Amino acid sequence: MTSTIEAPEANPIGFGRMKRKEDPRFVRGQGNYVDDLQLPGMLYGAVLRSTLPHARIVSIDTSAAEAHPKVKAVITGKTLETLNLAWIPSLSHDVLAVLATDKVRFQGQEVAFVVAEDRYSARDALELIEVEYEPLDPVIDAKQAILPGATVIRDDIAGKTDNHIFDWEAGDKAATDAVFAAAEVVVTQDMLYPRVHPAPMETCGAVADMNKVTGKLTIWCTTQAPHAHRTLYALVAGLPEHQIRVVSPDIGGGFGNKVGIYPGYVCSVVGSILTGKPVKWMEDRSENLMSTSFARDYHMHGEIAATREGKITGLRVRVLADHGAFNNTAQPTKFPAGFFHIFTGSYDLQAAHCAVTGVYTNKAPGGVAYACSFRVTEAVYLVERMVDCLAGELGMDPAELRMKNLLRKEQFPYTCKTGWVYDSGDYPRALELAMEIAGYDELRREQAEKRKRGELMGIGISFFTETVGAGPKKHMDILGLGMADGAEVRVHPTGKAVVRLSVQTQGQGHETTFAQIVAEQLGIPPLDIDVVHGDTDNTPFGLGTYGSRSTPVSGAAVAVAAQRVRDKARIVASAMLEVSPDDLEWEKGRFFVKGDPSASKTIQEIALGAHGTVELPEGVEGHLDADCVYDPPNLTFPFGAYICVVDVDRGTGVVKVRRFIAVDDCGPRINPMIVDGQIHGGLADGVGMALMEVIAFDKEGNCLGGSFMDYLLPTSLECPSWELGMTVTPSPHHPIGVKGIGESATVGSPPAVVNAVLDAIGVRHADMPLTPAQVWRAMQGTPLRTDLAIE
Amino acid sequence: MDNALALLERHGSESRIIAGGHSLLPMMKLRLARPEVLIDINDLGDLSYVRRDGDELCLGAMARHRDLLNSHEAGTLFPILHDAERVIADPIVRNRGTVGGSICQADPSEDLSAVFAALRATAVIGSSKGTRKVAMDDFHIGPYSTAVGPAEMLLEVRIPVQHGSGSAYEKVERRAGDWAIAAAGAALRVEGGSVSYAGIGLAAVGAEHFRCARAEASLLGQRASEESFSEAARLVSESVNPVADQRGPEDYKRHLAGELTLRALRRAAARAEGQGG
Repeated sequence: MTSTIEAPEANPIGFGRMKRKEDPRFVRGQGNYVDDLQLPGMLYGAVLRSTLPHARIVSIDTSAAEAHPKVKAVITGKTLETLNLAWIPSLSHDVLAVLATDKVRFQGQEVAFVVAEDRYSARDALELIEVEYEPLDPVIDAKQAILPGATVIRDDIAGKTDNHIFDWEAGDKAATDAVFAAAEVVVTQDMLYPRVHPAPMETCGAVADMNKVTGKLTIWCTTQAPHAHRTLYALVAGLPEHQIRVVSPDIGGGFGNKVGIYPGYVCSVVGSILTGKPVKWMEDRSENLMSTSFARDYHMHGEIAATREGKITGLRVRVLADHGAFNNTAQPTKFPAGFFHIFTGSYDLQAAHCAVTGVYTNKAPGGVAYACSFRVTEAVYLVERMVDCLAGELGMDPAELRMKNLLRKEQFPYTCKTGWVYDSGDYPRALELAMEIAGYDELRREQAEKRKRGELMGIGISFFTETVGAGPKKHMDILGLGMADGAEVRVHPTGKAVVRLSVQTQGQGHETTFAQIVAEQLGIPPLDIDVVHGDTDNTPFGLGTYGSRSTPVSGAAVAVAAQRVRDKARIVASAMLEVSPDDLEWEKGRFFVKGDPSASKTIQEIALGAHGTVELPEGVEGHLDADCVYDPPNLTFPFGAYICVVDVDRGTGVVKVRRFIAVDDCGPRINPMIVDGQIHGGLADGVGMALMEVIAFDKEGNCLGGSFMDYLLPTSLECPSWELGMTVTPSPHHPIGVKGIGESATVGSPPAVVNAVLDAIGVRHADMPLTPAQVWRAMQGTPLRTDLAIE
Repeated sequence: MDNALALLERHGSESRIIAGGHSLLPMMKLRLARPEVLIDINDLGDLSYVRRDGDELCLGAMARHRDLLNSHEAGTLFPILHDAERVIADPIVRNRGTVGGSICQADPSEDLSAVFAALRATAVIGSSKGTRKVAMDDFHIGPYSTAVGPAEMLLEVRIPVQHGSGSAYEKVERRAGDWAIAAAGAALRVEGGSVSYAGIGLAAVGAEHFRCARAEASLLGQRASEESFSEAARLVSESVNPVADQRGPEDYKRHLAGELTLRALRRAAARAEGQGG
């Protein structure tokens, strides 16, 4: 089996394999996470959570908790009402309860916050709070929630008589209907992308410290978007923005879970204001799984139209999107269903249309960009399942059907039927490469032989196109903040450098990748470049890390800033060498005089000159630095071809993923080792979602995924040795051509696994997760509904 | 040991014995268990043996899962022990968790409970007043409930050695390290071509005493054949009382109990044959 682990190059000056700069502190256990922070006099917070999914609050008695000798404050919704903080704006133009005042609307919702001298006392005091509830009917099933007459969850919204949130559509409905009316073949399939959870290793938490003397509030917080958080605190709480500092220290995984502002953060701030002491709040695993942002929960109805020869002509989709109790999904404002309208996938169609309806249920709010680039995951799953359903209907090999319909190289830039402009790609080549690595024809032969013996082996393909790197300010904002990001590059007198980013790493390797981007532009070794991020006092503004946007957006900002530094270095070098700037030629790390390579200045010499006494031309200031705010002209469109091979045990339904081949094209690879790591992680994630991850709810509204005994994450034993391949198609509109890789494998892998399992058992569809029970039930023709309790 | 038993005598139901702690500590963290006193028996090294004593294999209550897995003798005499231990939790838990702790926790999904039921093991229970022996059928008196009294402590498990026998364990889980969706263990002794001993242990499917007596009885005196095994598997499917949960619906678990019984019987028989039985 091929392995992609190759020895890193020692230290490339620019792009190339190198070990991550941040790893020495992590492998030594010297990371500094929010929960590692200890401040003098620090107090500890704990959240009382609703045990019921839907109930009116009759009364809350906090007197016994307040009498606890170590308790310093007990905060309820009533306390927050006096500060106008009981409700805060959500990320999607809704409101979100910080501490419940009228009703609780999901199991695990925040009801009260205790501040005590230590963590144990805070927890003890929670048990002393008495809440009287009047239970209401829980609304759990999205399909029931949307029906007329369903119990209204959001009666806090004036005049609300149903659970409907939004209707949104994309594409040309009339043209699509016409294509379907004329179609030779139409295949229809319902499918659920069930609710899953990002489940980062580090749960969410904060330390809030309001300095009463200076009036400055510092919040160390598990956030993927420190600048956005600071602005929101300023706008919502009325605190002056210059008096707020948000620090995102080392973050133990985000996956979208740490994009939003959680009630616990706000309560920590209020706790610090009330007590005058720093307050730490750190949720436990169950709190994280039960109350923080989930992902997916899309009930999809897909239709695909084609000719009998297998030319796909149209796609039509209806979605019922379960957003939980509050619409707190993190999406750009104009896109309530995120970028779901990339569902036309990688194919050349005549027409397409989707209609998405959002609905409230008594479940935790969220719907984040969990490694899904704003609902691209759901879109790719939909189209790749539909293509397999069509292949089954036509009796065609799914690879052949895809090859027949993939966009051709010469069609780029390609405007798809829902309006996206795909930047670049060579799709057939990627699929050919994946099939070559897999030995596709040989696998099909093996499968046929095994079938004769009654053994179940499946081969699943998915081909995905993502749309990431949000996004152009004219189209994309979150709560009015444009999705452009800043960067600053400063070269010190001795030729070492610092780059300041608006985006924060949660494990993606930013401290290495961004140093390599600067290194590639300036010829300064990555180890000589410090990457500063995650602290609003020390970094330029930007919207943060999610939706695979760090490299496409901030990476571009850094590259452009570094190019501007190089332009300035040219002028300094020309002054030092007493030649015209136009007479200088750049090779990585130095300028030399055209025709006389020995007359040169290195970037380090230029840096010293820029800070020294070299006489610079009129109007040129000294020093060597530059900045950039990058407003992307378009998104980027990474793509890939994945093939999964599984063996299924007919008697037990157990699935073994035997092989997984992933060919990715994310444009040029800055650090191929980090890229491989991102792909490995995403593939494991995809295997997890396809085979075991789900947050279901029972009829009473109990969350059935509230611990790692119930919410299963894959281990190395469920993962094969990944086989990776690549093609490189630069994005023509991006300064260094890169497209982003953070979510590709998570987006692309689940349909490959599902297609493989269904191929093995000869069943057209069964919803994820394909647990042994679900596979066995699918073989019996009675697949389970995976969003509800198994009965 | 005397000290531990004296402490138990003194604190009774207020106290809990802590061995590996892999069940008790999570329950305490979740505030499901709130003992006033913990009696730590991790230093009772003389209870951590895996050794043969005459016609019995003896497992000290403090033997770690790892000790059992590392014991060549245990694996040779009872391959079912190693089959099961390989799929109990993960290496980190197996390094710490104990045989005694596992069966005293009495989780209905506990693999070793099914294994010991199939092997007709005996538990030796001690107190300050002496020791008593309890057959596995009488050891488990319900979910999370055993015959071990408040002032008592499990000391060892004794498994009778049978010449010419074979055994095997089959488990299906949603993911490595998860509790079983269903699991079945089989122990067979074949003499003169016919089955002279049959033990069928079952975990996670609501089998009384972790066994299926009907299926065991159906095998006695029969040839060790696909037909008799299929009939035993059918009886298992019919007899068990699985409860639907997120691991699977009732019909699947019932099917799985039979399927895994069949597979375990086949492997046990092949191993018995290897023993010259």
